[in-house]
Amino acid sequence: MGDHHLAEINIGTLAHPLDHPAMAEFVALLDPINAMAEASPGFVWRFTEDGANDATGLRPFGPDVIVNFSVWESREALWDFTYRSDHLDLLRRRRDWFTHMRDIYLVLWWVPAGHRPDLAEAADRLALLRDRGPTPEAFTFAAPFPPPRAASAPA
Amino acid sequence: MGAMSETGMDAVGALADPLRRRLYRYVVERGGGVSRAEAAEAVGAQRGLAAFHLDRLVAAGLLEVAHGKRSGREGPGSGRPAKLYSRADREVSVQLPPRDYGLAAHLLAAAVRTEGLEPAVHAAARTEGLRRGAELAEGGAALDGVRRHLAEQGYEPAADADDPDVLRLRNCPFHTLAREHPPLACGMNLELLRGLLDGAGAEGIEARMDPLPDGCCVAISKTNDN
Repeated sequence: MGDHHLAEINIGTLAHPLDHPAMAEFVALLDPINAMAEASPGFVWRFTEDGANDATGLRPFGPDVIVNFSVWESREALWDFTYRSDHLDLLRRRRDWFTHMRDIYLVLWWVPAGHRPDLAEAADRLALLRDRGPTPEAFTFAAPFPPPRAASAPA
Repeated sequence: MGAMSETGMDAVGALADPLRRRLYRYVVERGGGVSRAEAAEAVGAQRGLAAFHLDRLVAAGLLEVAHGKRSGREGPGSGRPAKLYSRADREVSVQLPPRDYGLAAHLLAAAVRTEGLEPAVHAAARTEGLRRGAELAEGGAALDGVRRHLAEQGYEPAADADDPDVLRLRNCPFHTLAREHPPLACGMNLELLRGLLDGAGAEGIEARMDPLPDGCCVAISKTNDN
């Protein structure tokens, strides 16, 4: 138990630039929701831009596409924050701020505890899920996989 | 899970006995953690008889048992851990003739998400809520009517443990759908309840998203505009 953590990235295409009045409520929610994430049971790490409190300034998937990228101790911890906290209301209103994305925009994968995944790793996992569907290397809440077994001693 | 199963029929059959049904309802209303003595007293039955029926409900998969000490009975003389009864998590569904609205809901939800039609679902839910609320308003006593309606719809309304001005909904009528499609199902439910309150003309109270670990993600509370 506990030798693997769950990494998650989801991406979204902004309906308007972040400084547009229609995005003001979303922008205002960023700091409180991020603070709530950090205070949530099982939170491990979240991706931020150097010198910023979030990653909204980074656009590795396209000029209008922002990323939300974090690591949690377990699937349950991430589930409870995502869907059983005030964060749920933000998800409910996703269509107010983001355009509809037909393609898969969220992927989960296990990382060794202590490992900090980077954007290249996250992009690989998202591509893997899009190509092959859910596998132990890249999966979803609806089709989860258990963490890898603890590495056994070399033979 | 099919619309009708042998275990589902057995479970419903177990509730045919009136005393057993009262015991089941009492355990549900209490929110679980009910001892044999409490249940017996609540329904006015002998403790042995109540215990027999409670265990039949466990055997039918409708209740679960945990062993624990009731608060206030610590130390010597408190005896061995009491059996405490709670509602089982398992869903029982019996539809005759067989129907499978759950599968239909999942397929519709999957299509809605693929096509990005969440706002259309929310609008439909709001319309239905307004319609139901208007029906309640015609009967007068809007606020009481809303609470009764919520109980009839299976939400199991109960005052929040810490804040009497907040009404919690201990059961989610859309549980399996909400597990698979949380923002869609919970957003739909929120709009349904907001429409209900508006349609009923319930002033000074609002429905808002405030999920607890269990139960419905919506809380109903007094509005804060002073």
